[in-house]
Amino acid sequence: MNDRFSAGEARCLNPRVITLDGLTKVFPAPGGGDPVVALDGIDLHLEPGRVHGIVGRSGAGKSTLIRCLTGLEKPSSGRVEVDGTDVAALEGAALRAARRNIGMVFQHANLLDSRTAAQNIAHPLEIAGVPRARREQRVAELVELVGLTGREHNHPAQLSGGQIQRVGIARGLAAEPKVLLCDEPTSALDGSTTRQILSLIKDLRERLGITVVIITHEMGVVREICDTVTLLQEGRITQSGDLLDVAADPHGPLSSELIPLPPAPTGIDALVVNCDYGDSERFRTTDDLIALAESYEAEATLVAGTIETIGGRQVGRVQLALRNRSGVAISREGLDAFLGELEAAGVVAAEVTA
Amino acid sequence: MMETLQEWLANPLLVSWEGGPWEATLVTLYMTAVTMALTVLLGLPLGVALYETDDSASPVVRRINQVTGFVVNVLRSFPFFILIIALIPITAAITGRSTGPNAAMIALTIAAVPFAARLFELNLREIPAGKIEAVRMMGASRWQVIRQVLIPEALPGIIGSITTTTIAVIGYTAMAGSVNAGGLGQLAYNRGYTGYQTEIIIVTVILLIIIVILVQLMGDRLSRAVDHRARTT
Repeated sequence: MNDRFSAGEARCLNPRVITLDGLTKVFPAPGGGDPVVALDGIDLHLEPGRVHGIVGRSGAGKSTLIRCLTGLEKPSSGRVEVDGTDVAALEGAALRAARRNIGMVFQHANLLDSRTAAQNIAHPLEIAGVPRARREQRVAELVELVGLTGREHNHPAQLSGGQIQRVGIARGLAAEPKVLLCDEPTSALDGSTTRQILSLIKDLRERLGITVVIITHEMGVVREICDTVTLLQEGRITQSGDLLDVAADPHGPLSSELIPLPPAPTGIDALVVNCDYGDSERFRTTDDLIALAESYEAEATLVAGTIETIGGRQVGRVQLALRNRSGVAISREGLDAFLGELEAAGVVAAEVTA
Repeated sequence: MMETLQEWLANPLLVSWEGGPWEATLVTLYMTAVTMALTVLLGLPLGVALYETDDSASPVVRRINQVTGFVVNVLRSFPFFILIIALIPITAAITGRSTGPNAAMIALTIAAVPFAARLFELNLREIPAGKIEAVRMMGASRWQVIRQVLIPEALPGIIGSITTTTIAVIGYTAMAGSVNAGGLGQLAYNRGYTGYQTEIIIVTVILLIIIVILVQLMGDRLSRAVDHRARTT
């Protein structure tokens, strides 16, 4: 118990619960060819008490990152620090003890079929050698916390997908970890169940102050609950920051993923222009864009767009169709001047060419 | 038809206890039960060892796996009849005699353990890797994974394997009759086949069929009782 308190003090001095320093993992190629670089110098610092999203396509290194965080894989070089402990340097019993600092939630929950919901939730405590009475008390708290009251004595086969994931989350929380690491927690669930699980995670963060790391490929999940987002591409971090900053930065690779544009309309007798706005001080809404077009004697109509409010600020990617009021085709000079003025104000604007 | 039946039932061997089918049934059941107890006791750790040492990162452990696998394969390729004869010096050394049910049980166990261990290994392989990894991520030791994940999750399959092995052992006990092990197999051979008493052969076969069916039924029941996996049908 003493360990836990001293670790807590260390965390107060250092406002990072997870620190990755130049984390690199290279796998030897199975056929003796070129080695595979799964992670290539990852530097990442995650603050406690927030929900961090790590996104990337399959093969980007997300799974290797999880395995390095939980010490199942040793990094080729670099440091992995969780709650002040260098996980990569530990072995045996010390490593097993450090793993209890991270609660894991999996895509398919990975519950044991031979155990009831309550026994699954109690499992991390059993492994840690917590006495039975304390275990039962903790399980009762967790069952209530994740909203499983009445189903605790069912086996996983008797539960729905959403209930199974609730058991998975309760199990992840059982040993009171510092970090809840969720690997694609909603990818196997339907839309409404996904929303329930995400609101549960959000609620837990608020009630327990736990740090949550969500690894996902679903941008909807990131939009819904993440405070920060990190994009992993081919083993490297290509963008990282607070969700609002990342979403509002039209130049970064994530904004178009976070705020996707619907397919461009076809067969329109007008010039079509894409505009990303978000971090622009001058253009805060679509109306501002239309007003600018009017100052160029053009009539702008919104033909497609995604407008989201993130952190109370409007962020949008819209497609405008431009026609000259006089009916004359829009001149190249006029268009360039219009696009130039938008660019100058921080809007990414480009003509759509079919 | 009726006459033959009456003629059979008049056979004193069928109704006598001593040396008759009922005593032989008990001997067969005794040999099978003790053999199976020993087989589970030795075969389950061996199956776990085969599973755990496979694909190890350490070359020493991989070598142990290869050697164990080889011994298991050699023992499994012996025809049981040859194995009994080959083991006579060993059984004589352990039990003090080379015939009788106790001597036969040594050979039966040596034949059944590798068979069961391979089946147990297959049962363990069916557990999804993600479940084992999840428990390791909770900080479980190797021993905790074996006790809390491998055995309980594979239990329905393990019971199925025990059932299959039991039925194979019942078949082997018949062959063990050749070292005067006693039991239904010896009765059928000595009195029935060699003694030209067809009715003895038929009765012993029927008794063996009943035993096998009952063992399978019990095994299936038990396996289903401990199986909490979602039924896909």
